[in-house]
Parts: sequence; structure tokens; C-alpha cells
Amino acid sequence: MSNPQQLRYSKEHEWLSGAEDGVSTVGITEHAANALGDVVFVQLPAVGDTVTAGETCGELESTKSVSDLYSPVSGEVVEANQDVVDDPSLVNSAPFEGGWLFKVRVAEEPGDLLSADEYTAFTAG
Amino acid sequence: MSNPRLTALDATHRSLGATMTDFAGWDMPLRYGSERDEHTAVRTKAGLFDLSHMGEITVTGPQAVQALDYALVGNMSTIGVGRARYTMICQEDGGIVDDLIVYRLGEDEYMVVANAGNAQVVLDAITERAAAFDAEVRDDRDAYALLAVQGPESPGILKSLTDADLDGLKYYAGLPGTVAGVPALIARTGYTGEDGFELFVAPADAEQLWQALTEAGKDAGLVPCGLSCRDTLRLEAGMPLYGHELTTALTPFDAGLGRVVKFEKEGDFVGRKALEAAAERAAAKAPRKLVGLIAEGRRVPRAGFSVVAGGEVVGEVTSGAPSPTLGKPIAIAYVDAAHAEPGTSGVGVDIRGTHEPYEVVALPFYKRQK
Repeated sequence: MSNPQQLRYSKEHEWLSGAEDGVSTVGITEHAANALGDVVFVQLPAVGDTVTAGETCGELESTKSVSDLYSPVSGEVVEANQDVVDDPSLVNSAPFEGGWLFKVRVAEEPGDLLSADEYTAFTAG
Repeated sequence: MSNPRLTALDATHRSLGATMTDFAGWDMPLRYGSERDEHTAVRTKAGLFDLSHMGEITVTGPQAVQALDYALVGNMSTIGVGRARYTMICQEDGGIVDDLIVYRLGEDEYMVVANAGNAQVVLDAITERAAAFDAEVRDDRDAYALLAVQGPESPGILKSLTDADLDGLKYYAGLPGTVAGVPALIARTGYTGEDGFELFVAPADAEQLWQALTEAGKDAGLVPCGLSCRDTLRLEAGMPLYGHELTTALTPFDAGLGRVVKFEKEGDFVGRKALEAAAERAAAKAPRKLVGLIAEGRRVPRAGFSVVAGGEVVGEVTSGAPSPTLGKPIAIAYVDAAHAEPGTSGVGVDIRGTHEPYEVVALPFYKRQK
């Protein structure tokens, strides 16, 4: 699997797009989606919620388990992906595209986000 | 912990890109791709499973039947040669040690198939209980690999690889034969709620059989299937799983499976006295019943979650998963009798602090159309 070069990654396996007008898109990586198995339920933060980098802001439920969703950055949620709520399998089929989770107006970014190459190395172990 | 045991098909699973998981000390395929697709394939076409972790124990000798009648709760003498029976082995206090399938391979030869996690305990118990009888108990765990072909297309797939009389092979029957050139015990059993077969073969033959089945099933839509979909398939079919619905703390009567206990058989058997008392208790007033729950929402109940009603805990979930067939989360749970009738309103499951509403239903959730 290949991790898109233009994204940055958290060690909790979220990806973060580059900001457009201060707003970045968040999703989980293909590596995480594969580890979870078929995602059947997604709970996302609501528009207007404040999320904090490294803290939980939702959950992803798969056939076998439930996992917390961590925000890779701090900021205000400006959009949640209703498509993925309606059809959680998008997380598996298109984790970097249609399976995005929410958009956040970034207030603060942690210093330890990984590049695509660094994340690929991180998950290779 | 020591290294997990590998089945004879380990390299095959890895070449297929399986996600592996430790299960009862074995490294087993959890899924190859999407577990939901695998589940659906078994319901609508066919799936191929490696179940080599299951524990085979062979009991032979002039008193094999008496030994097993004493060791287990079922009536072994009534199993015809070439037939199989679902039964259990219990403790002296009536607690369930394991649930088993017993195949009668010959007049004086039985094969007991135990769950992987219990195989050693079952082997030890049967060995000890059979000691006073003229019977030999043999550990055959390493003698067999076990492949299962399950799903509506499985008879056609298997027929193309064997001359054995599959039409004459009824549900819960087994006969020796040859499949794809490999000697096999062909059994019409399974744990999916579908028609299907389990093939006990020598480990050295497992790879050849797997490839032949894969090839023969290609056009019919057969796919390799892992333990993840096996669990959702058996859950929909309302089949109990040891460690979830069945434990040493429960008798077969507590689990609603008192029918497997045959008091009418000759002679004593381990647990008889305690089980007679358990049968009376269950007939008078069962404290808790095993029921099905269907979610109204989308959050998934898991084993150990509390069943609630009116703010009180009234039961516990033993198994739960999103049901691919129903499209909703489902669970099996032990629920206080007062809330266990199908259609009882106001029952929910405590999912991480939120009481999610659930519908109480009779098991199973899914029954195939014959």
C-alpha cells in the first residue's frame, strides 16, 4: 500500500491534508483501515466541536473491535463526512479519498507529525 | 507465551495475504480480504476454511461406547456408524467442559472433535474417565488437518472432486472417501448455518486438497474464509461458542441445551447427579435465558456488555457483532427470564455508558431456506 506524499501522518494512524484557507481534512490511513477490518460504524465529532491533538474525538467500530478516533491536530471541526457515517465501508474502500472523516480549522499542530516516508517506515516494523 | 502452532496450510494463508491471529495457541487466518464479503460468500455461494486447530481425539476398543457414555453427557450407542452427534462433556458439578462433535467411524471407533482451546483438557478428561474401560484414547490432533467447504454451492464443488455418495450423505453424517485424490473423512457438518462439508485429511495432503477445492470452486464463487466470518456466521445461526455462551460455570440446561443430556442412557456418567438437579431447576424456573438481541441503532454490542432494562442490569452479552445478513448489530445474551420473552420492550445494551435500545428475539437470527 502506498501513503500519499502530500499528506502528513500521526502515530495514531490518522492522516492530515495540507491546509486550504486554514482548513485541513482528516482521515485514517489505509494501514489502519486494514488493521481494523470492515468498518461498520463511525462516530465523528460534530461541526463546531473543538478537537485537541492526540485526544479522542470519535470512534470507529469494525466487525471485531471498536477503536478510538484521535485528532491529529487541534482546532474547530467545520465539516463531518456524512457519506462515511451513512456508508462506513468507505473507510476501507477509499481511506485517503471518499473515506475522509472530518475537516478542521487548524488552531495548532503538534510538532511530531510524520511525512509519508516516515509513516511508511513507522508502520513497516 | 510459546510460539503459536502453525497449520499445514500456513504458507498458503500467507501467500493469499491473510491477516493472521492467535487463536487458542494457533496462528490462524482471521480474514483474507473483507470479512463481510467472506461471510456473504458462504451465505450465497461457498467459502473454504482451514479449521486444523480443532482437536481430534480417537476412542477405540470393545468398550469405546461405554467409555464415552460415561465420559460425555450424550448417548453414544445410538449414533449409527457413519453418523455424528453434537454433545458435551461436563464436570462432576455439571459445568460444561466443552461442546463436541462425535463421529462414529466404526462399530468400536469414535472420533471426538473438541474446540482448539479445550482440546488438551478434553483429552485429559476422556483419558481419565475411560481408564476403567477396555478402550484406547488416542491424541489425534496432529494426525489431521481439517478443511471445511461451506455454503449452498459446496455440494456441487465437492461432487466434482469425489466419487463419494454426497447425495446419500445426510446432515451430521460422515463417510471415508477420496477427494481430489486425497483420502478424507467427508462429514456433512459445519458451524455456519449453511449446508457444507468438513474434510479431515492427513496434514501432508492439506495443501493439495486446498488447491483442488480452490480450483474446483472458482467458477461457483468460492473464496477462502477466515475465523472472523466464521464467528459472524455461527452467531447469526445462533450456535453457541465455548468461552462465550458455554463455560464451566454453566450447565447445558443453563445454556438452553439440556436436550444434549441423555439421562435415559444406561449406567452412570460424569455429572449425572448435578445435571439431574440442574434439569429440575430449569424446568421449575430458569433464572436466565439465552436470547437474541437485534440493535435498533448501529453500535455493536460486545461480549461482557450489560443488558439493561429500566435502569437495572438484567443480563450480559456473550457474543455480539455486526450481522452482515441482517445489516444490523446482533448479540446473544443471557437475560433474566422476566425480560427474555421475544418482543419484550425496554431492553437495551449498555454500550460504553449509553443505553442503546435492542429488540429481544428468539434464536437463531438466520435460518437457511431448504
